[in-house]
Amino acid sequence: MSLPAAGYPRLLALGDAAFTVEFGDGIVPETHARVLGFAAALDTLVADGRLPGVIERVPTFRSVTVYFDPERAASGVLGETLLALAGEGRRATASGRLWTLPVCFDDDLAPDLADVAARAGLTREAVIALLTATEFSVYMLGFLPGFPYLGGLPAVLEMPRLATPRSRVPAGSVAIAGRMCAVYPWHSPGGWRLVGRTGARLFDTTQAARPALLAPGDRVRWQAVGREALGE
Amino acid sequence: MSQAALEIVSGGIGVSIQDAGRTGYRSIGVPVSGALDPLLLAAANGLVGNAPAVAGLELRLVATALKAVGGPLRVALAGDVSTRLLAASGEGRAVAAWSSVTLVDGDVLQIGRPRGTAYLAVAGGIRTPKMLGSRSTYARAGLGLLLAPGERLPCAVFTGDVHRDWRAAGPLHHASGPIRVMPGPQLDHFGAAAREAFFGADFVVTPAHDRMGLRLAGPPLQHLEGGADIVSDGVTPGAIQVPADGQPIVLLADCQTVGGYPKIATVIRADLPRLAHVEAGDVLRFCCVDATAAAAARRALSRGLADWLAALQPAGTLDAASLLSANLAGAAVRGDET
Repeated sequence: MSLPAAGYPRLLALGDAAFTVEFGDGIVPETHARVLGFAAALDTLVADGRLPGVIERVPTFRSVTVYFDPERAASGVLGETLLALAGEGRRATASGRLWTLPVCFDDDLAPDLADVAARAGLTREAVIALLTATEFSVYMLGFLPGFPYLGGLPAVLEMPRLATPRSRVPAGSVAIAGRMCAVYPWHSPGGWRLVGRTGARLFDTTQAARPALLAPGDRVRWQAVGREALGE
Repeated sequence: MSQAALEIVSGGIGVSIQDAGRTGYRSIGVPVSGALDPLLLAAANGLVGNAPAVAGLELRLVATALKAVGGPLRVALAGDVSTRLLAASGEGRAVAAWSSVTLVDGDVLQIGRPRGTAYLAVAGGIRTPKMLGSRSTYARAGLGLLLAPGERLPCAVFTGDVHRDWRAAGPLHHASGPIRVMPGPQLDHFGAAAREAFFGADFVVTPAHDRMGLRLAGPPLQHLEGGADIVSDGVTPGAIQVPADGQPIVLLADCQTVGGYPKIATVIRADLPRLAHVEAGDVLRFCCVDATAAAAARRALSRGLADWLAALQPAGTLDAASLLSANLAGAAVRGDET
């Protein structure tokens, strides 16, 4: 087992009703395993009623933000408890679900695919082969409800966001930026490069128990499909 | 319970349904939303006998006209706003904020453009369907109802004493002075000059402000070497992000759940409601407090609201004895049972 990054974990106040527990400052699997391990341990304590006043927590690439009701939790005591729990160094043991999601790479649904291929010095088909051969892991959800940040993009496809973001990215767009892949669950402005379109419904408000399809720790594989399979 | 409705006649942009917001879904990227000023929502609700966080209308930026359909309906406005009631009978009269008014079928409320943010509460609450535990509108993900002219908001028929409205002793005032913040979480991304500027300079509210956040203009807050970007982490309403241009952004209720800019400080809970009322050109200053002072400020705020609510009285009376014997909560339907 590798050691935690030097100086971590550490506790930061995010105002008077939240703490951020940091496990590192970069996007690395070891840090994220600690993030998920801490979040799971925290969930157990909350479920057991041992952390009154804790409302919810948001795991990210490198930290967990814990939101609390300051009238029900003494912030000093809660902060000490969180830091002690973080110091136990738990790592996520179980990997999440493995999803195989459909993606269509037709040109009109993948407006940046040709440019991505040119920048990477690859053919369009080679980019598709790379994307569909990769097992991505869900680092976190954010930006928009259900928007997953998927780690694991092959280094050859690493490239910056568009210099000028689009004012409207269609819902279901599969996109890449930096070393990440993502899906836009909603129409939205956005600067990521669009390389395909999925028909998978990433956010469904009628599923109150699990409105977001993906959860941090899940894994995703892309399966190329024809546009008729998108159900549009 | 029989149903009535409030119909949006005009307005819509800047008008939203808000309650206490959504909790429990931030980890999947759903903003908390909820009233920008929960205190004023509580005040409006108090005037119609509702529990503090029952869903009401948040009014910003534009004038709004609402028509009572069915009824009677009891409503109240809290905020810096002027309103006229155009009765179904054809008469018009001014309606004061900070008091309740009972509408009958066909009555139209013409609500002026509020200064900052105002709230309209309806006895029994607005009864649109809850989505993920809240009625709050969050347009970007289709959560809650998006309001447009013609939309009818289901409400309860008012079953209390229609002849006895309620009024407050006066407006509910917020604290004044600098906005109180707790430092961090990324204060260490800024050097002494930036810190001094942040805690001393004037910051002007720009026109780029909405329910997601307020962009401010002031002396550029320079990051230390390489400090302008962080790997995204959790944010919260009140967090003050400083992007590479050094101009701070104060996040508000509809803010995203994560962000990649360093946060120099975070506005304390007790002062967040004040930010609901700033407008372009207003000047803000920030001062640093600790968790103990933040807790004292929260206590002062809830005491202020409790005192204000305790001083509500039947309209047209100044008699202390009838005030004491009045049972405010019994006079109206409660809106917290759904």
